[in-house]
Amino acid sequence: MIKLIIFLVGIVLIGFIAWWFFGKHQVQAEQAAVNHDHQSVDIEVKGGYSPERIVLKKGVPATLKFKRTDASTCLDHVVFSDLGIDQKLPQGQVEEVKIDTSKSGVYDWACSMNMFHGQVIVK
Amino acid sequence: MKITTRFWTALVLSLPMLVEMVLQPLTGWMLPGDKWTMSVLTTLIMLISAGPFISSAWASFKKHHANMDTLVALGTLTAYLYSIYAMFKQQPVFFESAAFVITFVLLGQVLEAKMRSNASDAIGKLANLQAKDALVKRDDQFVQVSIAEVVAGDIIQVKPGQKIPVDGVVVSGMSSVDESMVTGESMPVSKRPGDQVVGATLNQNGTFEFKAQKVGRDTMLAQIVAIVKKAQNSHAPIQNLTDRVADIFVPAVLIIAIATFLIWYLLLDKSVGTALVFAVSVLVIACPCALGLATPTALMVGTGLGAKKGILIKNGEVLEAANNLKTIVFDKTGTITAGQPQVTDIIGDKQVLEVAASLEKLSEHPLAAAILQAAKKAKVQLQSVDNFRVIEGQGITGTIAGKEAMVGSRAMMSAIMSPDIAAQITAFEQEAKTVIVVALADKIIGLLTIQDVPKKNSGQAITRLKAAGLKTVMLTGDNSQVAQAIAQQVGIDEVIAGVLPTEKAAAIQELQETDKVAFVGDGINDAPALTQADVGIAMGSGTDVAIDAGGIVLVKNDLMDVVRALKLSRKTFNRIKLNLFWAFIYNVLGIPIAAGLFAGIGLVLSPELAGLAMAFSSLSVVISSVLLGKAKI
Repeated sequence: MIKLIIFLVGIVLIGFIAWWFFGKHQVQAEQAAVNHDHQSVDIEVKGGYSPERIVLKKGVPATLKFKRTDASTCLDHVVFSDLGIDQKLPQGQVEEVKIDTSKSGVYDWACSMNMFHGQVIVK
Repeated sequence: MKITTRFWTALVLSLPMLVEMVLQPLTGWMLPGDKWTMSVLTTLIMLISAGPFISSAWASFKKHHANMDTLVALGTLTAYLYSIYAMFKQQPVFFESAAFVITFVLLGQVLEAKMRSNASDAIGKLANLQAKDALVKRDDQFVQVSIAEVVAGDIIQVKPGQKIPVDGVVVSGMSSVDESMVTGESMPVSKRPGDQVVGATLNQNGTFEFKAQKVGRDTMLAQIVAIVKKAQNSHAPIQNLTDRVADIFVPAVLIIAIATFLIWYLLLDKSVGTALVFAVSVLVIACPCALGLATPTALMVGTGLGAKKGILIKNGEVLEAANNLKTIVFDKTGTITAGQPQVTDIIGDKQVLEVAASLEKLSEHPLAAAILQAAKKAKVQLQSVDNFRVIEGQGITGTIAGKEAMVGSRAMMSAIMSPDIAAQITAFEQEAKTVIVVALADKIIGLLTIQDVPKKNSGQAITRLKAAGLKTVMLTGDNSQVAQAIAQQVGIDEVIAGVLPTEKAAAIQELQETDKVAFVGDGINDAPALTQADVGIAMGSGTDVAIDAGGIVLVKNDLMDVVRALKLSRKTFNRIKLNLFWAFIYNVLGIPIAAGLFAGIGLVLSPELAGLAMAFSSLSVVISSVLLGKAKI
């Protein structure tokens, strides 16, 4: 009896993992606030990036402010491979990353091991 | 808390358990308080050292993400919590597994962070080359100002042993300059008025003044740093595979771990403890980090190494493409040849050059420079010339010491030419050389031949490229006779001559129908062809290295650097493949062993060994990349 219960729990757990990680889930997105011809977004780095998708207005200088509160070294760099940016994120410090918004496009960013991802959309 | 503190805490607290593990089988020594002591030590490790893993794993779990922290947190928590339960139930515990895994994983991360900063050092080293201040002329006096205050147009003095602060052109004085840090050229380069100097290079013996042309972000060094930075963070297409694997890796491992537990506990009827140990080993050995680090670290070291030698590889895509090349196409003028005609043969005695140079000194003909240079090299004394006259399209005449002198083409001298000399001229012309006839007092005294000769290293470079299995092609606007002659001298396989500059890209496209093609040319005139080729290699275009055309930019004007660039690309790409192979093997072999698939033949991995293997998988990948930096190219 106990074995049957454990079996069922295991199967449910596997199903849950598949659904939780592989299923389609809403991504937290944010439109940057424009202030005095400048737009900026605060991004919290904790178990990933929040928000994960950022929409910027084309032509307005933009700054992304990353703050890492997570102790994990997995997240200690943020890399924008299309833009040639590799910014160190010391824990608890706000680090600014300037984004060139002169051209519209989609730029992905990731942690240095490419496990966590985020996206900037300029339009 | 810093990761090193977390590591040392974990190490000190797990040491007593390690000592017991070693001594107990030998002497029967037990930790005082046994299980209870272990539970206290492990609880402290879980709180202090493992805490951040757990909170990070939870934070990413809420965002539907999973990473290495998830695996470490889940694996150690499972071992820890089960041991507490077992302790009260008087069953075997495995606190030490949780403690050792945490210690090993942290050890791996501490070492890895060290090696990674080692790998990305190249940019810091380059940026540090920059001089801090400059002696700038202000109100007729040279004053020391910070480099940030130097503007274009400033006159700057450089004393022996000082660094040249910015890019510019020498206006007075002379010296030799060590440019190795920027161009990779090992010999000092002599500088006179009119010569270009590059910021961050080292002045050696003389004092000179130069006019600043490029400052701040426009200097060659700043451009190089920007290119290398971009290249180091770029993606190589080979990464697409690992990216796909990484996305599903951790959840897949979680599922495998649960399945492992169920199979051992339900199907094979083992105890909960035994089944859990296998599941925990699976969680702990799986290493997504090694996969993630394999490409970026090698790319970082490879592009950094190139920059040191004056070889700028723009991104990972180019690096990968450079590995599949079959054909390499060269522009002729300025790439294979020096681009400046030179006197190659002198027939006759010293007087030939003397007469020719004395007359050519007054001429503005394009070939005059070549003759004057040859005269200077031979230390010929120039004579004064009277009655100088240009015969358009034929040559020049004048009187030297009362005798009539003539320097010009074969046509100009036809009246006084012997059949012997005419045959000699024809032979030279067949070698695609321009022949100049020199006559004095109505007698031909000798011949000079002029040709745009191949650069010193061109032949050697082409031999090496052919040895590497590449087909070499020369693409030029010159007529086929001239082109063939040069091709023969350097050993080029195939010549495409008479191509207009605008047709070069189309010619490349045609070659691309069968093969992957690289094109080597200068960055300005050959931009379309450089862009069209699979790999565009732009050669030494002065201080402007930020040219868009060309995936590889060579700072020096030396064809051997093409050989080095391809060698570097191949070595870097091979290292990436090797890294990926190891990273995959670790996981492909490690997970089944950890799951107990080979338990039948006695091959099992305890969680602590799994933790050790995992820590060293990422470490070995990073070390392998750092070692690439020691490669000879």
